[in-house]
Amino acid sequence: MKTNYTYQFIILAAILLFCFVLNISLGSISIPFSEVLKSLCSTTDNDTWQVIIMEFRLPKALTAIMVGSGLGISGLLMQTLFRNPLAGPFVLGISSGASLGVAIVILGSGLFGGLFATALIAKWSIVIAASLGSFLVLLAVLAVSNKVRDTMAILIIGLMFGSITSAVVSVLSYFSSAEQLQQYVFWGFGSLSNLSWYELLIFFIIYAVGLLLSIASIKGLNSLLLGDNYAKSLGLNLKQSRLIIILATSLIAGTITAFSGPIAFIGLAIPHLTRQLFKTTNHKILLPAVFLFGAIVMLICDSIAQVPGSDYTLPINAITALVGAPVVIWLLVKQRKMMF
Amino acid sequence: MKKETSHNILKAHQLSIGYKTKKAETVIASNINFELQKGQLIGLVGANGIGKSTLLRTLIKVQPELSGSIYLKNKELKTTSISELAKQLSIVLTEPLTSKNLSVFELVSLGRHPYTNWIGNLTESDTTIINNALTLVNISELKDKKCYELSDGQLQKVMIARALAQDTDVIVLDEPTSHLDMYHKAYILKLLQKLTKETGKTILFSSHEIDLAIQLCDTMIVMTKDHVVCDQPCNLISKGVFNSLFPKDLIVFDEITGSFRVTK
Repeated sequence: MKTNYTYQFIILAAILLFCFVLNISLGSISIPFSEVLKSLCSTTDNDTWQVIIMEFRLPKALTAIMVGSGLGISGLLMQTLFRNPLAGPFVLGISSGASLGVAIVILGSGLFGGLFATALIAKWSIVIAASLGSFLVLLAVLAVSNKVRDTMAILIIGLMFGSITSAVVSVLSYFSSAEQLQQYVFWGFGSLSNLSWYELLIFFIIYAVGLLLSIASIKGLNSLLLGDNYAKSLGLNLKQSRLIIILATSLIAGTITAFSGPIAFIGLAIPHLTRQLFKTTNHKILLPAVFLFGAIVMLICDSIAQVPGSDYTLPINAITALVGAPVVIWLLVKQRKMMF
Repeated sequence: MKKETSHNILKAHQLSIGYKTKKAETVIASNINFELQKGQLIGLVGANGIGKSTLLRTLIKVQPELSGSIYLKNKELKTTSISELAKQLSIVLTEPLTSKNLSVFELVSLGRHPYTNWIGNLTESDTTIINNALTLVNISELKDKKCYELSDGQLQKVMIARALAQDTDVIVLDEPTSHLDMYHKAYILKLLQKLTKETGKTILFSSHEIDLAIQLCDTMIVMTKDHVVCDQPCNLISKGVFNSLFPKDLIVFDEITGSFRVTK
């Protein structure tokens, strides 16, 4: 079709830029807007502001962009792969899998003994554990979804994985120290801050690999919209594309969960919001649109979580749920049913 | 008939179909032999559960043959890769679409996938082929509609247009007339006949509309409990094949009208 959605993309990109700058200029310490821009170009005279901007706010804003776009994209991939409009990293238990991995590393480290424990707490081991956890859960969900065609059953199975996770977490927390528990609980609140540039780099590399895999899957995703047998008749290697999609999702959702905690509803809500604006099912359009939309929403959520002008920072997870859940309800009420 | 062999496009030789699990093999039909010619409309009929769908699924490589072989354009189906197959054979199935949010144009354009680049960009010639397919099936005006807005009959036409856009020599349809009213059943089958004449494609479909199939098909494959017969409809009637299609307690085949009647 001739509609390329160029205008929508330009507008979204402009909004994203605006939200990005807005997000950086807001915070517990108020910095004049002109100084914010100067700091970004490293031409400000005020060293403190320079440090605040470059070491705290900029990494946080970049994290927000990656988290929002990544969760949105993995939600999009899940919804197509599982033929289910309610699919998303959180609903299908992928975040639970990541949480389980992190719980075992943080809480279980006490059980494994001293030396091992200190080595394990390193940030990258949390990343690996989260990615591995989400990958395994995703594989399990996919194996089940091949046997059980009923989409409701798949969602229930996702919920069950969530229950198993929380059960294991309870068992582990019974045996772990207060500090470990606190570390896990804080991780569970979700946080976009506290990432160093080095961690951000690791985050970005894994995220970029997942993103590239998603882009490579665009054509396959489009043919999956017809159903498995049709997709195969169009020459799609089902097993391989499924694996790539799953790998992409678990890399993206797993890393995000590892670095920022289990952030709810973004993965589910963003693709649906995007479909309201872009009336297409072509992933070639949807994927970049979801990227922009997710990044914008996450930046806004983070700006709200900052409680501008105050010293408080609310858990990001609470904000995304507060924003995301009503959106999902609104969509359901408006359309009577969800489509993808 | 001898010179026709060069035109044979889909051939089954000593084919046996069914399901294989680790423990056992369930044979649904065996000793299937037929040769289908280019540009023909072929109807596959048989009672419920006789294995029509299984045969079609085997022919489109969704499930493997138990024994024997299938030749598509003189090449064994087993050795044809799915990407090669995608350019030679397209399908219309009974299973519902995964996403009904697709627009008609988007859905039909998915038929171009075997030919497009890695991200699925449509070239001008692709767009022309898609528009031609839409015109052939008379649904150009539905182009921008979403699939959930369509009636069953319209959706079936869209699916046929998608198969046409795939630009294959063979199109296989599994019960294209189910869920349709009498008029649309005739319409779809007549459309298929028109397509074989206009495009030279070979179209194979399974159906329960035996009387319509007798009137429209060039060749019919009749599956009964004991054997699978493939011939022209008039020959099948004179051989009395249709009489053995169903148990005779309720309906009998009337050779003069070419349709079934309820016994009194």
